[in-house]
Amino acid sequence: MAEPMNFANVAGTKPEDTPLKTVQIDGQVLLKVIKHCKECMPSLVTGQLLGLDIGSTLEVTSSFPFPSRSEEDDAEADGANYQLEMMRCLREVNVDNNTVGWYQSTYLGSYQTVELIETFLNYQENIKRCVCLVYDPYRSSQGGLALKALKLKDTFMEIYRACPNGVSTDDLAKASIGWKDIFHEIPVSIANSSLHSALMDELQSEVTANQADFDRLVLSTNPYLEKNLEFLIECLDDLQLEQQKGAFYYRNLSRQQQQHAQWLQKRRAENFARRAAGEEPLPEDDASNPMHKTLTEPSRLEGLLITNQVNNYCSQINQFSSQSLQKLYLMQGLHGTESV
Amino acid sequence: MPGSSNFTVLHMPGALNATVAKVHPVVLFNICDSFIRRSEGQERVIGTLLGSFGDNGVEIKNTYAVPHNESQGQVAVDIDFHKTMYELHHRVNPKEVIVGWYSTGDGVGPSDALIQDFYGRDVPNPVHLTVDTNMTDGHMAIKAYVSTPLMLGDKPLATQFHQVAVDLRMAEADRVGVDLLKTQQSESLPADVEGLEQSVTRLQSMLDEVLYYVNEVIEGRVEVNNSLGRYLMDTIAAVPRLTPEAFTTLFNESVQDVLLVMYLANMAKTQLLLADKLNANVVNAMGTSTIQ
Repeated sequence: MAEPMNFANVAGTKPEDTPLKTVQIDGQVLLKVIKHCKECMPSLVTGQLLGLDIGSTLEVTSSFPFPSRSEEDDAEADGANYQLEMMRCLREVNVDNNTVGWYQSTYLGSYQTVELIETFLNYQENIKRCVCLVYDPYRSSQGGLALKALKLKDTFMEIYRACPNGVSTDDLAKASIGWKDIFHEIPVSIANSSLHSALMDELQSEVTANQADFDRLVLSTNPYLEKNLEFLIECLDDLQLEQQKGAFYYRNLSRQQQQHAQWLQKRRAENFARRAAGEEPLPEDDASNPMHKTLTEPSRLEGLLITNQVNNYCSQINQFSSQSLQKLYLMQGLHGTESV
Repeated sequence: MPGSSNFTVLHMPGALNATVAKVHPVVLFNICDSFIRRSEGQERVIGTLLGSFGDNGVEIKNTYAVPHNESQGQVAVDIDFHKTMYELHHRVNPKEVIVGWYSTGDGVGPSDALIQDFYGRDVPNPVHLTVDTNMTDGHMAIKAYVSTPLMLGDKPLATQFHQVAVDLRMAEADRVGVDLLKTQQSESLPADVEGLEQSVTRLQSMLDEVLYYVNEVIEGRVEVNNSLGRYLMDTIAAVPRLTPEAFTTLFNESVQDVLLVMYLANMAKTQLLLADKLNANVVNAMGTSTIQ
């Protein structure tokens, strides 16, 4: 295998130098992920990805699923224990036990949450480069393969770490980050060993149409579009809420500034009078005055994430609609009638 | 039992009722993978099969390799490893139980009886799956066996392995990836458009085949097969018949619905982009005034 040679060469260089260009997944990992996500539908599941980090490619060679979290108190310790045990066992059978990320299933693309960012940061502390594979079993049942590899952008990570209380507008402006700059999608490619290819040939040598093709050719468009629209509307509602919060904050801020200006004027006048009378001038800054409580700006992070989600839903709708249109026009062609 | 007191009869039970072993492709991939990763000097790999027992057979859903040592008829299997891995897997999916074991290599060997016995302690009727990764005969044979003990009177003499049918089960999502998994290296995940094109081409080739067959039958070159003919007729009849007006209305409605949704989505997207631009400008303007 070429791996030992490559790894030895690369082990000397620093991995941060080359940016991550592709994620290469083993066919076996793909099958395992698909199986796990599908079995536990509709609940969402996660699992760990193991592999190698070589140059500008991240190779994912193995994976194992995480048990679903129950409401027990020792779920945290249990989870860590499970992971350690699994890695130890895998090492005994010569599986690469180098964590390179995790995978999670999602429902129609609603994965952009704060938890995702938190998990990314947690992983990033130990591993230089990690990815999150997001798989959508519902979309895949339509005949495509809805798999995405995500990585948090470095610039965003720095900002997020720098402001633990929430990201404010100023911070965003300084770093000129918009909602597009949070996640970064990496192209995925599939690799298979020769033995696996031989196996696949054994399993299915003919090129006849199979069930996946028939799923793809299904004409019903409504359920999928309905669900997507539903989610889209919910998201837009959330977005509006966030914006309202922001507007509310700004109004309060301006009101407070006005009040502060008035109070300052009064103080100055008072001090002037006092100085004229020969008394100690009162301080201009009165920190104990409840009017001068600094208002905290609500974090803009939620807004950014929601915007991302909305964008995602829109792209999904777009993609699906164009496909449906193609199918409908095909049907029309087959039927032989021309629409006026 | 006839003559068990006076004669020692070789007790061979009758053939088992038709058991089928349904294997998921994940299992086979895992086996190949563990074969590739085997340690130096190991000729074959063995491991545990997980799944469930059904009415007419066993369904094998998952698997993991177990380290073992083989030499001159003696087999040492790492039992702790086997138990630990089983527990870990059981936590993720409590429905999966041990149903048997697998080994790479062709056919069944003498040491397999011992391993079968070991697995027989956990499971009443363990299934033994062999995958010929060495590819004798030029292809990878996948065989499954169930064993029955050969009794001499009351004492077990040997184990006899019966071959059972293997049924490769592919779930829908797996099928999607099948083409992907065939190639050794693919550049990127296929776009949906290509998938659609492929499906249509495949469907077309199927229809061509059927047409060719029907033509042959009409010309008399091929034997008439009534059941096949009736089946084809039923299939064709399954296409719904619509008058042109009905079809046009249906078609237009669907197209309009889809276009409407697409328009809405695009509008939302444009709105986001616009808001972004406006925000950026506002922030820039504000930035110069608030930073004092």
